[in-house]
Amino acid sequence: MSTTTEAPLKAAATRPLQIALIGNPNTGKTSLFNALTGLRQRVGNYPGVTVEKKSGTIFLPDGAAYLLDLPGTYSLSANSLDERVVIDVLSGHIPGVHRPDVIVCVVDATNLQRNLFLASQVAELEIPMVLVLNVWDAALKQGLNIDIEVLSKRLGVPIVPTVARKGTGVNLIPAAIKEAHQDRRCMTRLSWPEHFESAVKDIRKAVEKQSDIELTDVEIRRMIFDANSAVLAHFDTIGPEIRRAIDNARRSLRKAGLNPMSAEALLHYGHLDKLLDGVAQSEGTKTQGSTGGIDRILMHRGWGLVIFLAMMYVVFQSVYSWAGPFMDWIDTAKSWLQNLVSPHLAALPMLQSLVTDGLIEGVGAFIIFLPQILILFFFIALLEDTGYMARAAFLMDKLLSWCGLNGKSFVPMLSSYACAIPGIMATRTIEDPKTRLATILVAPFMSCSARLPVYLLLIGAFIEPRYGSFVAGLVLFAMHFVGLAVAIPVAWVLTRYVFHSQAQPFVMEMPPYRLPRPRDIFWRMWDAAWEFIKRAGTIILAITVIIWALLYFPRPPELAEEVRQSYIAEKVATEGVPPSAIAAQLEDDSSEAAWQLSNAIDSAYLNQSIMGRMGKFFEPIFRPAGFDWKITVGVLASFPAREVIISTLGVIYALGGDVDEESGDLRSSLANATWPEGPRAGQPVFTIPVVIAIMVFFALCQQCGATLAVIAKEVGWRWAATSFIMMTVLAWLGAVLVYQIA
Amino acid sequence: MSASKRTLNDLEIGSRARITELDTTNEITQRLMIMGVLPDSEVKLVQIAPLGDPIAIEIAGRRLSLRRREAASIQIQNA
Repeated sequence: MSTTTEAPLKAAATRPLQIALIGNPNTGKTSLFNALTGLRQRVGNYPGVTVEKKSGTIFLPDGAAYLLDLPGTYSLSANSLDERVVIDVLSGHIPGVHRPDVIVCVVDATNLQRNLFLASQVAELEIPMVLVLNVWDAALKQGLNIDIEVLSKRLGVPIVPTVARKGTGVNLIPAAIKEAHQDRRCMTRLSWPEHFESAVKDIRKAVEKQSDIELTDVEIRRMIFDANSAVLAHFDTIGPEIRRAIDNARRSLRKAGLNPMSAEALLHYGHLDKLLDGVAQSEGTKTQGSTGGIDRILMHRGWGLVIFLAMMYVVFQSVYSWAGPFMDWIDTAKSWLQNLVSPHLAALPMLQSLVTDGLIEGVGAFIIFLPQILILFFFIALLEDTGYMARAAFLMDKLLSWCGLNGKSFVPMLSSYACAIPGIMATRTIEDPKTRLATILVAPFMSCSARLPVYLLLIGAFIEPRYGSFVAGLVLFAMHFVGLAVAIPVAWVLTRYVFHSQAQPFVMEMPPYRLPRPRDIFWRMWDAAWEFIKRAGTIILAITVIIWALLYFPRPPELAEEVRQSYIAEKVATEGVPPSAIAAQLEDDSSEAAWQLSNAIDSAYLNQSIMGRMGKFFEPIFRPAGFDWKITVGVLASFPAREVIISTLGVIYALGGDVDEESGDLRSSLANATWPEGPRAGQPVFTIPVVIAIMVFFALCQQCGATLAVIAKEVGWRWAATSFIMMTVLAWLGAVLVYQIA
Repeated sequence: MSASKRTLNDLEIGSRARITELDTTNEITQRLMIMGVLPDSEVKLVQIAPLGDPIAIEIAGRRLSLRRREAASIQIQNA
């Protein structure tokens, strides 16, 4: 045995085989991955980019192997870091991910030549390959006659025809992987014109002078073909020598009569035409069966829109209302847990408060969104797997394209009306990274269901009594448009002036309609839920504890006694009963007096807590919007979760933290609140302009720790911070503007 | 007048044409070609979105949606 073959075999023996799954979108790659790995799959992220990393374990005839599911793509072309992930994995540039030993390339058998473009690019990496011809049943039905034996010989790799949705043929893949690996079966590669290969060598020389990084020939070719090649981002600065070498390569292509923009496609397709000549013959027509007929209805100018709006209504209503009972259960379970734990910690009041008011309350308030996420992802999986999602994007594209978004932003934005968290997670369906980022940044402006209690409280307390229920309904309706009205110009400014992505092209394949598979839908829901729960256990827990501490400390024990004394003194003065009688009343925990006192104590502690002091400190900032320090505390305390304003106001106005938006006591307390001092002393705090200013503030502000955590998870902390600052500033401006004008 | 070049935007729903030339100065052309929009292939306009943009075409067994802007860079002649 020669020494050259020994080395890789030895290396491979020490670790499980690394296999990468690659293919165009809509080829059934995900179905195949689910069928191959089943329960043995994991989801994560590639370092530094927003691309989801799915991997799992598969069993080969001689042991377990690691299977990595690469994002669906039409080519190795990479103009952004997100797009670079595929070529980085295949070139071995991702830390912690070995260069694959075998590549499994999935192609749609009904469209062999176009699908093989990616395989032909991958072939140049000279990694052993297995070619999977999926939707084989549809190919047979269309009368395509593909001679697998001849094709396998021509391409030089094992070929497995499958119907991944039904699992047919999937069991033959492991043996084919083993065969490809043992015999090093690489796909027949395109041979480039001579002078072009020398241009690649020149670029390599220039690269080696500047950097230690080992680039593959495939990566160097990307620098030539891709206008803004992301491969260049490997270098901190791109030296003039590299630039010159790239320009030379492009020039040599032009001299040979090839345009660098189109040469790659033309040469690869020419190569494939030769390989496929006489192998794949079509006996019938190549139309997509029933797809055309269904599209005539679903994409009809009139009916198409009606059906689309009806479907979106069902999705939105389901996320909104089906989730209700489950959210109530989670809420009940949360209270049950609090009541269960609380008595055991009575001896340690601080720990009791940390566990019940901090941990269980905070994490519970986050987990409560899980039902909405599961329901939304059920529908997203259904819409995507049937092929309808692409049609929905087609119908809506024009409405969103002028402000820099595209048709695929529609579903995430609509779902954000229920809750921004599933909405932001739904942006994963948007391929273009800039469009996705813009959608993520505007989604939290949509009026989510957590804003509703705030609107209901304020409208119920101030608008309805004064102007009647018609105006109240109108104001509620209008509040749902405030966010949208701000979001559209924000998206326009972001895409035009921040991302400089003028009119992103929007080219999208509309896959044939197919029946979805329950297993694939299940995995989609599972992935989304699991990612979300992981957040709850980490970042949300931390935020929760911090906010709890700000509200809890400092806590001088003597304050409770002081409040008690002054409460008794006040009672004595107003009711003329002896102090002993009041003290006796207070002994009984269930008495009205005891309840009042405990609320007064909570209120006193909140007043002098760090958060209370911050409220007074920040009051001048919110004064132009007409907010007093109590509203300011409410605003500050609501940053982790906006609906907290109601229980915070309850505590501040000494009604206890258990009030809700229907609470008559809270409504009347707010209506009776007056300025204690200053130029407006004695005047009511909550005038109509203040009420509207508060609602506008809540409509625009990023007051949701869970949303921020999800944004950070999806696109990084930098953008979460951007979202927070941008929305808070806009909310403040909006509130001040409303108050000053009104 | 007749010398003015016809593009995909001049097609009517249901009609077919042959692609003659792609604007290679447009960055999207690289992506379109990779997806199978190649010179000399036959294209059919299958749908126009309700608001007039984008359009859906059928080419080499695939259905693609693209915006008017991109369609303007694809020149055609009668099939």
